[in-house]
Amino acid sequence: MAARVLVGVKRVIDYAVKVRVKPDNTGVVTDGVKHSMNPFCEIAVEEAVKLKEKQLVKEVVAVSCGPQQVQETIRTALAMGADRGIHVEVSGKDYDALGPLQVSKIMAALAKKEEANLIILGKQAIDDDCNQTGQMTAALLDWPQGTFASEVVLEGDKLKVVREVDGGLETVKLDMPAVVTADLRLNTPRYATLPNIMKAKKKKISVVKPGDLGVDVASRLEVLRVEEPPQRKAGVKVETVEDLVSKLKEGGRI
Amino acid sequence: MSLNRLVLFSKSVRCKNLLTPLIGQFRSVTTIQSQRSFRTYARNLVYAKDLFLGKVNKAEVFPYPEIDKEELEEIKQFVGPVEKFFNEDVDSKRIDHEAKIPSETLNGLKELGLFGMQVPEEYGGLGLSNTMYARLGEIISLDGSIAVTLAAHQAIGLKGILIAGNEQQKAKYLPKLAAGQHVAAFCLTEPGSGSDAASIQTRATLTEDGKHFLINGSKIWISNGGLADIFTVFARTEVVDKDGQKKNKITAFIVEREFGGVTNGAPEDKLGIRGSNTCEVVFDNTKVPIENVIGEVGGGFKVAMNILNSGRFSMGGACAGMIKKLIELTSEYAGTRKQFNKSLSEFGMIQEKFATMALNAFVMESMAYLTAGMMDRPGMPDCSVEAAMVKVFSSEGAWICVSEALQVLGGLGYVKNYPFERFLRDCRILLIFEGTNEILRMYIALTGMQYAGKILTGKIKEMKKGNVGVVLQMLGKKVRESVSSTVDLGLTGNDGVVHPSLADSAKKFEENVYYFGTTVESLLYRYGKTIVDEQLVLKRVADVLINLYAMTAVLSRASRSISIGLRNHDHEVLLANTFCSDAYFKNNFLMAQLQKNAPENNDDSMKKIAKEVLEKRAYICSHPLERTF
Repeated sequence: MAARVLVGVKRVIDYAVKVRVKPDNTGVVTDGVKHSMNPFCEIAVEEAVKLKEKQLVKEVVAVSCGPQQVQETIRTALAMGADRGIHVEVSGKDYDALGPLQVSKIMAALAKKEEANLIILGKQAIDDDCNQTGQMTAALLDWPQGTFASEVVLEGDKLKVVREVDGGLETVKLDMPAVVTADLRLNTPRYATLPNIMKAKKKKISVVKPGDLGVDVASRLEVLRVEEPPQRKAGVKVETVEDLVSKLKEGGRI
Repeated sequence: MSLNRLVLFSKSVRCKNLLTPLIGQFRSVTTIQSQRSFRTYARNLVYAKDLFLGKVNKAEVFPYPEIDKEELEEIKQFVGPVEKFFNEDVDSKRIDHEAKIPSETLNGLKELGLFGMQVPEEYGGLGLSNTMYARLGEIISLDGSIAVTLAAHQAIGLKGILIAGNEQQKAKYLPKLAAGQHVAAFCLTEPGSGSDAASIQTRATLTEDGKHFLINGSKIWISNGGLADIFTVFARTEVVDKDGQKKNKITAFIVEREFGGVTNGAPEDKLGIRGSNTCEVVFDNTKVPIENVIGEVGGGFKVAMNILNSGRFSMGGACAGMIKKLIELTSEYAGTRKQFNKSLSEFGMIQEKFATMALNAFVMESMAYLTAGMMDRPGMPDCSVEAAMVKVFSSEGAWICVSEALQVLGGLGYVKNYPFERFLRDCRILLIFEGTNEILRMYIALTGMQYAGKILTGKIKEMKKGNVGVVLQMLGKKVRESVSSTVDLGLTGNDGVVHPSLADSAKKFEENVYYFGTTVESLLYRYGKTIVDEQLVLKRVADVLINLYAMTAVLSRASRSISIGLRNHDHEVLLANTFCSDAYFKNNFLMAQLQKNAPENNDDSMKKIAKEVLEKRAYICSHPLERTF
């Protein structure tokens, strides 16, 4: 029986917000914009809590990396049923440059420190769409991985994962400890009910720095420019099929 | 009450003219210091009432109430899940169409914990303060039927147990009510007793063994009447008062449907809030144990009034939340729809509508949270007048704003595919229930007038006793008053509580307050006790006071926003100044109408017209096409 599950949760711009690029093209506007937990991370938390409710795991620990505000996200995970939280404090320039490589180093270090048997992450974050953290974490730990999971079944000390791949569904069996990343159809996350949010206030969130874990968060990437996608230009209406064909020829399309 | 003495005093000192009010001549000449009040009343939260004396109790309303960081964090955490639920799992169109809230939705609300928001944690509720309750009310109001169902359950249905119940009653009933396992309803109104609540006829007679009351009677317009398991019922009981006289006084009871004899009629087919269950509830020899009396036997009317007063302020938050949503929906349309080659948002009359909506939302928010903050202060502050003002302003503001929003969409606003017509229908009830706006205006005006009258006669008494200091003070005030002047009540200047960018508006406010104080004095002098029957006068008094309270709220809120540097505080200053300027001129006109023999006042003619029409119960003019030969 797995003792401890680590769940990574990321604070991202809310999916319903219209994202705008900063005037200096260095990034997107985050000031004063509504943020919430990455939807795939919600699914990951839900899966971990479900395992706990089935008594297949003992403890669910929610982890997030970032400035003070990420504690709100951890609190939401606690309200959904996680037992305690770990806030890895990264702020300012370091936070802007924080990417999957750094986060997976942190997750790997924490997994060792907390003696976790299972790490569940969202398959990707809706802000950068990297889809790398789970895979990198598994590689750093040299653990098996089950990514794009649409079903997870714990059978003794083995993990059966059904993966959604381009060709259809693939079922793999992993030895524990392992890393799983959650895909959309894994489950439907529960609402954090208000009574649970109140109970979550009493749960603990410990704060650590990447340095304490022996992790170097320096980035190897430099963002040169962020731009909006080109404006969609208006189309042209034509009267007949002949007109259409000639227009296409003119434009060099055929 | 010796308002007559006020008259006698004026005659005896031969200064009748000193009590005549000034008629709208406030141009700057000299400054008057704020008058120190004569303390004949207990120091309790007195803001609105003191405005009747031309006095501003700055300390009550400045600075704008703040909650601590922890509470703010907590409320932000709550807002997320509730918003998500309402956006994803509430199908308002279906609820309105089927005139029913689906059980899955009700269960979702129960699980979220929304059935026990103000029930203390020890009884299984969330134990929210008034401020937090108002904040969640902003989101819940997105669906009118759900908002009313929840409010009927907890803001009035179980409130009696909460504020006036004993430990045993709380422990017995609150846990299940907070979990939503039991639903509550408030049963006061009867076919013959609506606004006149004190005239209810439902009877509760004590059984032979003295252990039960038997309740008989029927109640109408009961929200949740069909779903409720627990009812707070008001009935007349025979009480022997201290003189040994038998009287029939109202008592409040906790009645369980299980006690038997409780039947409800079919749900009413309503214009709006169609998903909320409203029906008649009949009690036929319902046996209620005496332990279920809330408070004292005979003390029910007070319990009823306290219950109603405690929930009223939340309408401000609810309406503000709704208008904010409407602004989003409507501006989307106004920005994209084009006519005459311009988008609607470029036209002045459309822009005015958005300004109206923004101003209304701003004022409602400010008033609601100011009142909630005052109510959350320790002790038992009586904010009933303030809460009533919030209700009147918010209900009427919401009705106007929804109509304007619908107008922006033109024909599209009129069809059921869009939510505007539903918001309009849902809003109409706001002016009617929880105390009709007419009754509340009377309450606001009369409570203040009575308070002012008491203070003023108190002063007269002191003077008659020969208190020279008071006499000189009053004379000095009257002499200075007879010269046109600007007013300084301490809001601006070096010790001012209002931010300098709002100084102009604060000055307008102070002027209004001062003029109001003198107007009230002159009204008391002119009418004495008969003021109770002068509804059109009292209506204007109430309207002025509501504007004054609104101005207070926006000045206080905007001052805080600037001082702490909240985002977009410049916009707040603009809203505050615009509203205050508008309200200032409206108030001056209303007060001009209140002066003796004012030409601006058409009340006598209006009453005459009404009398002639009501006598014949019809429009009495001859048809314009009629001939006499």
